[in-house]
Amino acid sequence: MAKIEPKRQPMPRQAPEVRCRNFNEVAQGYTMEQAVAEAQRCLQCKKPSCIEGCPVQVHIPEFILALREGDLWGAVTALKDKNNLPAICGRVCPQETQCEIKCVMGKKYEPVAIGRLERFVADWEIAQGVRTPPLPPSTGKRVAVIGAGPASLTCAGDLAKMGHQVTIFESLHAPGGVLIYGIPEFRLPKAIVRTEVNYVQSLGVEIRLNTVVGKLYTVDELLTDGYNAIFLGTGAGLPMFMNIPGENYNGVYSANEFLTRTNLMKAYLFPEYDTPIMIGRHVAVVGAGNVAMDSARCALRLGADEVHIVYRRTKAEAPARAEELENAEEEGIIFHYLTNPIEILGTDKRWVRGIRLQKQQLGEPDASGRPRPVPIPGSEYEMDVDMVIMALGTRPNPMVFTNTPDLERTKHGTVVANEIIGRTKKPRVWAGGDIVTGAATVISAMGAGKRAAADIDAYLRNPNEPWWIEPEKTN
Amino acid sequence: MYRIAAREDLAPITKLFKVEAPEVAHKAKAGQFVIVRVDERGERIPLTIADFDHGTGEITLVFQEVGKTTKQLGTLGVGDELASLTGPLGRPTEIEKYGTVVCVGGGVGIAPIYPIARDLREAGNTVISIIGARNQGLLFWEDKMRSVSDELIVCTDDGSYARKALVTEPLKELLSSGRKVDVIWAIGPAIMMKFCALTTQPFGVKTIVSLNSIMVDGTGMCGACRVEVGGKTRFVCVDGPEFDGHQVDWNLLLERQRIYLDQEKRALELFATSQCASKEGK
Repeated sequence: MAKIEPKRQPMPRQAPEVRCRNFNEVAQGYTMEQAVAEAQRCLQCKKPSCIEGCPVQVHIPEFILALREGDLWGAVTALKDKNNLPAICGRVCPQETQCEIKCVMGKKYEPVAIGRLERFVADWEIAQGVRTPPLPPSTGKRVAVIGAGPASLTCAGDLAKMGHQVTIFESLHAPGGVLIYGIPEFRLPKAIVRTEVNYVQSLGVEIRLNTVVGKLYTVDELLTDGYNAIFLGTGAGLPMFMNIPGENYNGVYSANEFLTRTNLMKAYLFPEYDTPIMIGRHVAVVGAGNVAMDSARCALRLGADEVHIVYRRTKAEAPARAEELENAEEEGIIFHYLTNPIEILGTDKRWVRGIRLQKQQLGEPDASGRPRPVPIPGSEYEMDVDMVIMALGTRPNPMVFTNTPDLERTKHGTVVANEIIGRTKKPRVWAGGDIVTGAATVISAMGAGKRAAADIDAYLRNPNEPWWIEPEKTN
Repeated sequence: MYRIAAREDLAPITKLFKVEAPEVAHKAKAGQFVIVRVDERGERIPLTIADFDHGTGEITLVFQEVGKTTKQLGTLGVGDELASLTGPLGRPTEIEKYGTVVCVGGGVGIAPIYPIARDLREAGNTVISIIGARNQGLLFWEDKMRSVSDELIVCTDDGSYARKALVTEPLKELLSSGRKVDVIWAIGPAIMMKFCALTTQPFGVKTIVSLNSIMVDGTGMCGACRVEVGGKTRFVCVDGPEFDGHQVDWNLLLERQRIYLDQEKRALELFATSQCASKEGK
């Protein structure tokens, strides 16, 4: 037996001092040699635990085996059997807490770089030209999928593969949801998103852009208009603010606005593209999730001299992926842990000139299970900044619920649903992704879309009662 | 998609388009707006729906050429298509029978006040309308406004047509005359709406304004359009666009409209240069 290589193949990346001033992809992907060498590290476990860690249960050992045997199309088929969007997942999934944490290799050595291999296989397929799998005959059933983000694209793709006629309704002028407006080009190139969306369309899914459900049609109108089922995958798109003084000054952005201008509207290419964006010289980003890291790194690439992350807990509690924190640190983002803003300072014309901060210490755990940040009196100080980006999380947009009171919601604005199969309290309406869970990850949304598709298919073939099943009683 | 079916030049810089958007036309109500993109590289701009026709499936948009995007929009003609049009967005005007209402339209704001005046009249209100513009050339829809008003007062800032006055002057006279006015709508440039609100405040008559803040998505996603009303942060796109004018923090709105002034100037200069170049090329 060949000697086991303890370390994984390193990911070729742009050097920090170069990449911090361009929007090109940071991680450049394995070469064929690297991919095959990494694939050799997989032990091909008889009972693979990696699959358990994957929200969509990708046949991980199977695609890795095909890859190392040189059967690239075989690898593609194995990968896409469970995952309609592998080039996206290979880039943005937190594999370190999902499949890779379960990898047996990880007990003694570094786990197999499953995510990087997934990306390699998906990118190889894109380079060859994506193939559409054979589709079953039409069932004649119509499904409306609301939103065109990861949950919806996955749900729509799976339903199309089952023979249903699917229409996606998207409010923006481009499909992809958070993949297109939120995640920056340097982490997820928009060409990749377009390719994956094209694949879903090639399965027969129709996408209607510029169509706001809740405004142009209500959910009930779609149901009476001939759709047999509806999947709500509209995510968590509403920004949160802190409600501190000065938050509406010029120069305070929600991360949603800052990222939407930058990514969807391509403000980084202004004036070649029409949408403008302010260029902050000294920028403070409030929050330490992936969205905060994306905002900070975009601000840097747009030309900021200094970008600060302000977070009320410590690095250990930061919700961002370890890799994203590391990327931001390498690029020179300055971190202020145990620090919270209490006021935004403005000029007499109400433009941001600074931020008033207060030091925190960790106290007892709060409802989230994380230690509660407790303000330290007298520790207030000011920092000169000309831009503040609020990356505090998001909530579901209530627009989709217009005139649909029987879609029960929680006090957090999320829709009540059986999270296993996606059924809401309203018959024939399913939901999945951030609209149910609140802001989470791309892959968990995809997993929800996938499970809902399976239940929608089962229901359309054999409408089963009762409609509402408690999650703990779900098979 | 979104083909321009008709175009009318209402004034040298004020253009009217009728755009084919049957589903939007079907759902549109007075007071709502759409978000438009001119081309694939275009920004998303909000335009108030000035009229809609369920029969033809067309919506009417009226805009003033002030920046790069609106100037570019003004180069389009019948048969051209918009890259995107999303709507109807925002909350519709609350049309009820209030009694006597005053509808004030300033400049390009005459367009959105028209369907509101029409629907208020249809609901049984006595409608007194005041329309005004900087000069005669910028005034439009006098006949249309007359047809939906019980009384119409017309004025221009410079006196080049009708009465020489700002719209606030006849508004103040009307309220001072002791006539009972139940609700006032005022739509136009932010500065005009601000002064209308200041004019009516001492009389305690509810004054509704339609705010024109900067937007991106128009569905509550970004918060670019946030304003303070009654000390609370509100999003114009989903909570508005209509608000109680006496509660609006006007100076904040006016400052927030200026965020991209430098970039807008630069884009406009580049556009003017490219237009000259393409004309010379012909």
